[in-house]
Amino acid sequence: MTGPPLLEVEDLRIDLNYRSSQVAAVEGVSFRIDRGETFGLVGESGCGKSITALALIGLLRQPLSIGAGAIRFDGREIQSLSAAEQRALRGNRIAMIFQEPMTALNPVSPVGRQIAEMFVLHQGKDWREANRLAVEALASVRVPAPERRVKDYPHQLSGGMRQRVMIAIALACGPDLLIADEPTTALDVTVQAEIIELMRNLCAERGTAILMISHDLGLVANVCRRVAVMYAGRIVEERGSDDIFRASAHPYTQGLVDSLPRLGSRAALGRTRLTEIAGVVPAITDFPDGCRFNPRCARATDVCRTTEPATTLLGAGGLVRCHHHA
Amino acid sequence: MRLGANLVIGGALFALAIFVGLLAPWLAHTDPVMDANLLNAEEPPSWIWWFGTDAQGRDIYSRVVHGARISLTVGIVSQLVNSVIGVTLGLTAGYWGGWWDDFVNGLTNLMLAIPSLIFALAIMAVLGPGLTSLLIALGLTNWSFTCRIARASTLSLKSQGYVQAAKVLGYGDLRIMITQLLPNMVGPIIVIGTLGMGGAILAEAALSFLGLGVRPPYPSWGSMLSEARDQITTAPWLSIFPGLAIFLTVLGLNLLGDGLRDVLDPQSRSRRT
Ligand SMILES: Nc1ncnc2c1ncn2[C@@H]1O[C@H](COP(=O)(O)OP(=O)(O)OP(=O)(O)O)[C@@H](O)[C@H]1O
Ligand code: SF4
Ligand SMILES: [Mg+2]
Repeated sequence: MTGPPLLEVEDLRIDLNYRSSQVAAVEGVSFRIDRGETFGLVGESGCGKSITALALIGLLRQPLSIGAGAIRFDGREIQSLSAAEQRALRGNRIAMIFQEPMTALNPVSPVGRQIAEMFVLHQGKDWREANRLAVEALASVRVPAPERRVKDYPHQLSGGMRQRVMIAIALACGPDLLIADEPTTALDVTVQAEIIELMRNLCAERGTAILMISHDLGLVANVCRRVAVMYAGRIVEERGSDDIFRASAHPYTQGLVDSLPRLGSRAALGRTRLTEIAGVVPAITDFPDGCRFNPRCARATDVCRTTEPATTLLGAGGLVRCHHHA
Repeated sequence: MRLGANLVIGGALFALAIFVGLLAPWLAHTDPVMDANLLNAEEPPSWIWWFGTDAQGRDIYSRVVHGARISLTVGIVSQLVNSVIGVTLGLTAGYWGGWWDDFVNGLTNLMLAIPSLIFALAIMAVLGPGLTSLLIALGLTNWSFTCRIARASTLSLKSQGYVQAAKVLGYGDLRIMITQLLPNMVGPIIVIGTLGMGGAILAEAALSFLGLGVRPPYPSWGSMLSEARDQITTAPWLSIFPGLAIFLTVLGLNLLGDGLRDVLDPQSRSRRT
């Protein structure tokens, strides 16, 4: 299929504006997602994943703002759209689900109504039709007895059920892109796996692309075809999911991979201990000169401490930002 | 769930007032305005005249019963107007912030600085006496508490996940206010409204007492008190019964407001679920 990619982010910078000064919370971030593709964004807490997602849907608010770069959805630049045009995209062509299924649903509104609202809002359906579609939507996320469940209030549902409802709401209008920001961190592990599987299957059936955001590299690599690793506001490596485990190029990514508990390949090599990356993420106001990872990097040299590494293209569409990459 | 005594007693008193107001034509013994008969003037309470009669021989019981209609209409309608104004201003101010918030805050502080009865008096002076002007005057002067509550609720609800989620889902501002914010603040708004209704009934009595409210011969509790002023020693029943009606209704509304607060309070609610 030709035409523009579904989502194209080019050299995005997000500024954090203080009264007198301004720092870049995210800088030089570029990636693209094709139709129906699954793309992951991984990194430690505070590295800028969530604000990048908010920028994509035009919802950055003061003190944060887009400082430079372009975000194109389906060939159209998000920043150039009017507020009403952006609203028409949100929930309709770009949907998002969050970490907290407990709080993302309105406590005083039956869940069926909250799903139906999407059909009324974005497709101009009348409430009768919208309510009927809401039952179908609830059935599609495998909620048992959906015609009864639509009348339930959020507090009557378990966390897993609520996240299913969130998925039903997000996918109600058949979006082209689903952004899932830590969609399962609040759930216990077995439910987590179910929800991820459900989300992946539904999106695959409908050709919906996924941008999955998490600090869990294992989870993301499992769901997504390609993964970008973020550190301190920058993408430091982007690879196919298989490559990232087999041959990660950036010292930070290697650290992430080594800190994952894994069965299989690594265990076969002997009992390797789980390693953690030493040190802490630098504060946003206090990024080091040169490579932002250099205080924690075992491979750092003088050039790392003075010069910001440029992006190097690897084979198979991968890229890395490191002076001494593998 | 155990209902609080406040809620039960307050609710019963208010329900009684509503009941009397609705059924006034059937409960009254005589026409409250037309059935004057000087032969029965100033009869004290008895089996025939339950609450006695006034100087024109009108049955006080029937007038108190009919007075419920006017007092309750004033209480309910003016408080509804107050609630609509207060919620609209408070919700939009809290949601949009900026200069609009500053403006609404200034206006609210101004309203709080001027006693609402004085303000209502000024409006009545311009509009002239009568039920309609009374409703306008009381409806425009007592929204500041509702406004403050609505604004404060909005500020705390705004950061809730479901309000943020609604933005992400493409809800417009109006839709967010109506579906996400308003339903989550009805509890405190109803409590304030109930208390405000009692206040409006008292204010009607005060304004009518000053001759600015409902005009004779139509009976409102306040205007009856006003007319009874001169006979308070000679015919105390003329003041006692309308006064008691006001007292019980306002007491009922205040108890109801307190009782509702206990029930609708989010903390006591989460304790129940
Ligand atoms: N509203 C805000 N005001 C000020 N700073 C903010 C705001 N939102 C985010 N930040 C800062 O921007 C940086 C990136 O935040 P972001 O929420 O994107 O992190 P994240 O990668 O999603 O982390 P997490 O895994 O904890 O969700 C953080 O340093 C955070 O402190
Ligand atoms: S540029 Fe230098 S400090 Fe940065 S990750 Fe590469 S080796 Fe480490
Ligand atoms: Mg986040």
